Amino acid sequence: MSISVQNISKSYKNIPALQNITLEVNEGELFGLIGPDGAGKTTLFRLLTTLLLPNEGSATVANYNILKQVKEIRNAVGYMPGKFSLYQDLTISENLAFFATIFGTTIEENYDLIEDIYVQIEPFKNRKAGALSGGMKQKLALCCALIHKPKVLFLDEPTTGVDPVSRKEFWEMLKRLKQKGITILVSTPYMDEATLCDRIALIQEGKILKIDTPQGIVDAYQKTIYEVTSNQMHLLIEDLKHFPSYYSVFAFGEFVHYIDLNNFFDSETLRNYLKAKGHQSIILQKTTPTIEDIFMDL
Amino acid sequence: MKRFLGFIKKEFYHIFRDKRSLFILFGMPIAQILLFGFAITNEINNVEIAILDYSKDTESQKIIQKIKASPYFHVANEIANEKAIESEFKIGKIKAVLLFEKDFAKKLQTEMKATVQVITDATEPNIANTIANYTQSIIQNHQSQKSTVQKNTTGVVIQSRMLYNPELKSVFNFVPGVMTVILMLVSAMMTSISITREKELGTMEILLVSPLKPFQVILGKVFPYIFLSVINAIVIVSMGYFIFGMPIKGSILLLAVESILFIITALSLGIFISTISNTQQTAMMISLMGLMLPVIILSGFIFPIASMPLPMQVISNIIPAKWFIIIVKSIMLKGVGLEYILKETLILVGMTILFIGLSIKNYKTRLE
Repeated sequence: MSISVQNISKSYKNIPALQNITLEVNEGELFGLIGPDGAGKTTLFRLLTTLLLPNEGSATVANYNILKQVKEIRNAVGYMPGKFSLYQDLTISENLAFFATIFGTTIEENYDLIEDIYVQIEPFKNRKAGALSGGMKQKLALCCALIHKPKVLFLDEPTTGVDPVSRKEFWEMLKRLKQKGITILVSTPYMDEATLCDRIALIQEGKILKIDTPQGIVDAYQKTIYEVTSNQMHLLIEDLKHFPSYYSVFAFGEFVHYIDLNNFFDSETLRNYLKAKGHQSIILQKTTPTIEDIFMDL
Repeated sequence: MKRFLGFIKKEFYHIFRDKRSLFILFGMPIAQILLFGFAITNEINNVEIAILDYSKDTESQKIIQKIKASPYFHVANEIANEKAIESEFKIGKIKAVLLFEKDFAKKLQTEMKATVQVITDATEPNIANTIANYTQSIIQNHQSQKSTVQKNTTGVVIQSRMLYNPELKSVFNFVPGVMTVILMLVSAMMTSISITREKELGTMEILLVSPLKPFQVILGKVFPYIFLSVINAIVIVSMGYFIFGMPIKGSILLLAVESILFIITALSLGIFISTISNTQQTAMMISLMGLMLPVIILSGFIFPIASMPLPMQVISNIIPAKWFIIIVKSIMLKGVGLEYILKETLILVGMTILFIGLSIKNYKTRLE
């Protein structure tokens, strides 16, 4: 077991941030913490990287106890905080060399680990970190977190504020790192990134709602979801909410996702209801649930 | 050790790439020395004065010659009557008028007493005071010379001698003062700012989750400033010595050791400030309000401690700068050895240990 969290609770001045969290991450696993802002993701990261002490419970990282073996953990983990935390007045290569030195290694020694990522930012290696774009900053931060070949990598919202292309690239990099045997715990507020993880934990208001593989979570979902559009989108949500057997409705991209109380209800009844309300060119069809649908339901 | 050196290298990058801190580090000491040396001074040179001589006899002329011969005064013009005094002052060019009464020499002969009035423009009280003192001493000097010649021993002749700084040069006061201020500024303020900057930018979070031990981080942050402060101390002392002719009567080695001690005191204070503040701005405010003002006002640099009200005198004891100024003055001007400044040295050592202890107690190896 690479990370094992047992009944951890943490509160800031009586405001609970994490409540009774238990989760386990296997070695070489890409594990995602999925949840909105303020769910407690960063607090969990800080507990596991020994930056905070839990009020209750305990945990091990790379088989070291977070309460007693602080030094060992700090040598064994790589941590990339949510906020860009490198030296803005140092260049790419200076930042990397600095982090290599303080971890007692050199860039050359572990170059194979970061090569894929570093070649992408190498053309700018004499540029100051503060002058880099969001995507390049994240790549550099990842290089710096990897330079000492950590056993466990903690990435706190690494793709927040990064463009879609760079986000995709970033996740491909994580997959390659996983193949090299590094355990990765990554948090993200983006539900679409959840499917890229081996297993995910859905977390909200300091509580873990579900832990499973993304597919497992989708498969376990019982309700049928309909996607609906019409020519009057702004009225559609209001009208759907007044349908007698309405359970939930929310905007989802160009569609509105609708769930009925009755799982086997006749969609034609709904179609007629909408027609009667004056909607035209109605599309109403079943769709496969996504992590976001499930999250909204939890 | 390699980790430590890597850290120091990084720290120098920060300093040399930040134009503001470079200016504070090297521009300030030079600017302050020159400012205090040339502009802010109580000494007078070539002050324009006027003479109103009602008697115009040999005795008054002799005194006028003496005044003219001194470097402090320049006799701009001689005026005819008392009405002209007011208008002369209103023009503002002259700062004082010397008024000799009628029959000056005769009175001096017969009554052994004659009056010279020194009328000064006291809109600038310090200068007026100095002018009065200087003219007085020139006249007294003239009198005493005369009386010894005539073997006339009536009356008491006061002879004062200014020890260690016979010409009362203010430069001898401000070189130690500026040195103290600058070392305090560089060491305490710059280190506290540079440590809190890591907290503010979030890099402290990464440094904490690294094998670097807290004392390595702190030492790494502090070391470059020890080096820069020593350079600053050398620049200030040499400027005082070469440009303003400030003597260094005592041992240079002792001065260097005491300076390094004070630098360490200031650094430990800076570290302590950084442990209690989370942003650069708080660190800067605490340094400026909590350190700079007391250093300037309560250390005896500008205002003599002996003339402060008692509560202030008591408070001044906790200002490290006070003790360092005493040490520097003693070494440079009096040329004393360690045995005479042992008390002050020990106080600084004690303060350093206290601040380091408080910092260790307050230092957080975690985020809260």
